[in-house]
Formats: sequence, C-alpha cells, structure tokens
Amino acid sequence: MAKDDKTAPQTLPRYSNTFTPEVNAEIRRAASTGIYDIRGGGAKRKVPHFDDLVFLGASMSRYPLEGYREKCETSVTLGTRFAKKPIELKIPITIAGMSFGALSAQAKEALGRGASMAGTSTTTGDGGMTPEERGQSERLVYQYLPSRYGMNPVDLRKADAIEVVVGQGAKPGGGGMLLGQKISDRVAEMRTLPKGIDQRSACRHPDWTGPDDLEIKILELREITNWEKPIYVKVGAARPFFDTTLAVKAGADVVVIDGMQGGTAATQDVFIEHVGIPTLACIREAVAALQELNMHREVQLIVSGGIRSGADVAKALALGADAVSIGTAAMIALGDNDPKWEAEYQALGSTAGAYDDWHEGRDPAGISTQDPELAKRLDPVEAGRRLNNYLKVMTLEAQTLARACGKNHVLNLEPEDLQALTVEAAAMAKVPLAGTTWIPGQGGM
Amino acid sequence: MQTFDLEADGLRALNETLQAQVQTTNETAWDVINPRGSHAIAVGLDAPIEVTVNGSTGYYCAGMNQQATVHVKGNVGPGAAENMMSGKLIVDGDASQYAGATGHGGLLVIKGNASSRCGISMKGIDIVVGGNVGHMSAFMAQAGHLVVCGDAGDALGDSIYEAQLFVRGSVKSLGADCIEKEMRPEHIAKLTELLEAAGMDADPADFKRYGSARQLYNFNIDNAY
Repeated sequence: MAKDDKTAPQTLPRYSNTFTPEVNAEIRRAASTGIYDIRGGGAKRKVPHFDDLVFLGASMSRYPLEGYREKCETSVTLGTRFAKKPIELKIPITIAGMSFGALSAQAKEALGRGASMAGTSTTTGDGGMTPEERGQSERLVYQYLPSRYGMNPVDLRKADAIEVVVGQGAKPGGGGMLLGQKISDRVAEMRTLPKGIDQRSACRHPDWTGPDDLEIKILELREITNWEKPIYVKVGAARPFFDTTLAVKAGADVVVIDGMQGGTAATQDVFIEHVGIPTLACIREAVAALQELNMHREVQLIVSGGIRSGADVAKALALGADAVSIGTAAMIALGDNDPKWEAEYQALGSTAGAYDDWHEGRDPAGISTQDPELAKRLDPVEAGRRLNNYLKVMTLEAQTLARACGKNHVLNLEPEDLQALTVEAAAMAKVPLAGTTWIPGQGGM
Repeated sequence: MQTFDLEADGLRALNETLQAQVQTTNETAWDVINPRGSHAIAVGLDAPIEVTVNGSTGYYCAGMNQQATVHVKGNVGPGAAENMMSGKLIVDGDASQYAGATGHGGLLVIKGNASSRCGISMKGIDIVVGGNVGHMSAFMAQAGHLVVCGDAGDALGDSIYEAQLFVRGSVKSLGADCIEKEMRPEHIAKLTELLEAAGMDADPADFKRYGSARQLYNFNIDNAY
C-alpha cells in the first residue's frame, strides 16, 4: 500500500493523558516567560464534592414537613462560647473575606448591601475596613491578617466579629500578592505602602507563632474589644482535626475551614491546585474534633470552598457545619464572569466562565479591579439586590431539602440523611455508599 | 496617682478601667503593681494618661495603644506595643521578640536590648533601642524609623519597604533588598529628634542609615529563588 494513500486505515492522532494539550500549553508558556502562572480563584481540578452526595428524604420510617406551610428555621447564632455579643444571622450563609484592593469599593459595598438585605454577615479582607463596607454591612466581620494592612483599634471596635486568618483554602501556608496595577492611591494609603508596587501579604503572623501564642493573641484582642466580639479562627483545609482542636484550645468562638476550592485574589496556580484538601474531606474531621472536645455547637463551625447552591449548604450543615461561607459564588452573583462581557473577556485571552486573571485588575465586570472606569460598571445597589436574591434562593433550596428530610430547622439535618454516589465521597464525608451500609475506612458492607 | 494591684484585681478590671479614661480625665497617672509577667497589660488605651508598670510584663504590653504613655520598669515579653497607633511605650529593661510589630505610630523606647524581629512590618512607628536588636529586625518594614544604639543581628531590614533604619554599631548582615544609604542632613535631624525624644545619649554622627534598594518592589522571577 502506498504510504501517501489517504484512504487507507490509519491510527488516529492520540493525545496523551499525561501530556494533555493544556499541560503542553503551560509548558510552552513557562518556557516562554520564565514565570509561574498566577491567577485568582480556587482549585479547578475535579475533586470529590457535594455533588457526590444525595439526601435520602423521607420514607416509611421518616415523615417530611409540608413544603411551604410548615416552618423550617434557618437562623444561626455565632460566637456563643465567650463573646458578650454573639452574631445573629437569619440564614446560615455568610460572605467570605475579600479585600478592598482585590475588589473595587463598589463590589465591597454591593456585598455589604446584599448580605444585609439577606440578614447575614460580610467580611473585610487584607487591606482594612472601608467606610462603604461598614456603612452598608449590618454585620461585618473584620479580618485580622498577617499583613495587618489598615489594622487599627478603632475599626476593630466597629466590627461585629474578628476573624483571625491563619490560612485560606486556596493556599494553606501561603501569603498573597496584590500586583501594582491594582494599587491605587486609596489602596496604597490604606496599606501604608507606595502606589504601584507589588504588595506582598505575609504567610504568617508577625507577632505570634503556634497555638500557645495564638491563645494569648486572642486574649489581647478580647481585652481591647471588651470581650464583646466573637473571635473566629480561619484555617485552610489541611489537617482539619488537629487545626480545629488547636483553634478551640486557643480560645476560638468560631472555627472557619476553607477547602481547596475556596478562592483567592492571586496566587500561583501550582499552589491553588496542589496544596490543601477538598472541602468535602474536612467537615467530618472538624466536627469529630469538636465532638471530642464536647464543643460541637458550642464553638460554631463555618465551612467554605466551592459552596454554590442550597444543596451544597444543606449538605455541609448535614455533615455538622453551623454555617457556610461563599466568596466566588457571591462574585458571580454580583456579575463576575457574566457572558455579557464575552467580547472583552476574549480580548483578555479568556472567556466568560473561565476568566481568573483577577490580579491584573482588568475585570470587565468592574469587580476585581481598581480601575475607576471599569469599577463604575458595577452598580452597588443593583449588584447587592442580585446577591440578596441569590442568598434567598440558596436558603429556600436548603429549606426544601431539610423539610424533605423532616427537619424543622436546617441545623437539624444530620449525616444519616445523606448517602454518597462514589467511594471517594463516602470515605471523605463518612456516609455510606448509596445502596449499602459501607463507609470506607469504617467497616460495614 | 491611682494604684492598681493587678494580682488582686485582675487583668480585665485593669484594662476596663484604663480604657474607660477619656480625653479630659483628671486621673492621668496610674501605677500598676504586681504585674508578674501578665499578658496584654494596658492594651487598647485611648487617652493621654501615664501608666507605670512596676515589674516585667508578658506578651503584648500596650498593644494597639493610642495617646497613652506606658512605662514598664522591667522587661517586656513578645509583641510589646504591637500595632501601636500613637503615644509611647518606654521599657527600662529588655524586650522579647516582635517589639513594635506592625506599629502605625507613636514612640517605643527600649533602654536595653530587643530580641529578633524588632519592628517587623512596622507601618509608621518610631522605635529606639538602647542596646542591640536580634535577627530579622525591621522585616518587611513599611514606614517609620528604627534606631539601634548597639548592634543589629542577621538579615536586618529584609524585604524592607520605606522604613528608615539607623544603627550605631555593627550589622551582622543585611536582609534582601536592604542597603546602606547616605546619611543626609535631614536624616541627621530626624535621628537627633528621635534620640532626644527617647532620652538616649548618643551622637547621631556615629550612626549609619539603611533602607530599601527598591529592587523587590515589582515582582521579578530572578528574585524569586
């Protein structure tokens, strides 16, 4: 047969599962630029998640509550252990910390508006508290970060709670970097740094190391704020059992665990994808730590990282969390990655839904930017309304699932209401593989 | 003079009492006895009062201070005057790690030596140390002044931003992006002012100035190793 016979049977071109086109493109990009890829967002790789769990609902042995008629409470109180003034939330969904600097002032205001309308809290980020955010947030959590940018006792006392950030899910053990193009005059002034320089956020706190020190740091924060504020300790998901145990030992009122799907404003892609564990894998471990200390529900657990819907909320609560926190989803609700900006996303070499160069400050949606012209595109009132709508829908969905399981409060959901669709999810969530009584690692069949 | 027995009355009562003092208070002088190394003594103050602590303290003495002058007749533990905004902390003895960490303003005077990371992430505070400072002092220092009348340990001013450092003695090593800089008249004037304010008997002409080479201000892969 002639070698150039195009009609002859041939082997199809075959891509490697190891050297995929995506991998090859990254090798070429690295070889060309000499710099690792920095991006925003959380882990994009597929990991076991809440989608791999299902609720069992009511059946012969359980009876459901009537969909719209019977009460299903959603309120939650955070900070009941030591704080004189715990935070009362109407819904168990909070807004995660995102900085002014990473986000525009309009976006921060919108988060405050939406959260307040829904009866929940929002959270500052690295860079301090802005008047817009405080003014529009009925319940504002003030992050206490390694950089201490903008930290001061006046704002500390204005806060409704203090979140000591040890780490975040996108980069447990990593610091941050706000690139110079996002350092406007105002951002620079708030952080006491020159305009236009790349601002590093330290990976560990400057004046304490380890849980014994943290206990004293928390004592100091309580003394400064008259023991009024709930103190949260936020960790990136890595060793949830031990981290939770040590956070409780250090005196936390609330433990926040952020899984690897949790977003960041800017970090190396290799860090985001290869450090930390999935959200699903940390909840039962954290709850086990709280139970062992007899602190479950006394110290509240907030879980974040890839929460998208009321189903995710309900599943996290069923596994033992007291509340969840959303960041990426809240940004999308405001308008991030909206297809209406597709032409502009393409001009930036991306596409709507995949845009993650949040650190570059060129966000067409006006959210992850300090460019005044781009930021003007986001109407904080309208965006706040969208966030409120989204939070309402999530809450209604969580209530729907709770009622189906016969629960009159979403916090009454329990692991027994769940089964897993995959062996991996069953092992991580410690619920049986669907149709069996088998929980991998715990016996059964 | 009001006297407060920390051992008898407890930390909460001390801080609550001192924090309750307002701008126009007549009770401006406070004497704290029996501190016994307690943590978080005189934190979060915000009035022009003078607090004398008769003995040594634990962590975070005078943390987040505003306006007040706190005088410790002893040594201080880690994080003294952390995140101070204004006012003064005067330490007659030595200071442990992270003295003046992240301070935004005010004056911290340590008559003895300071341990490692003195002035870490300082954001406008002035720190005057009569003796030596340990390694990694003024790490990521953003603004303000650190004056060291003795010697400085390893990696002084590593990753420094716009803070200015003055050292009279030797510097074991400079950290990344920290270099010796010319001592111009305005620096001599500032140093003179700081030494006077701290009550230190030292000749400004004996000091060298260090600051940022500003080579790390924008990310460069060649600096990432």
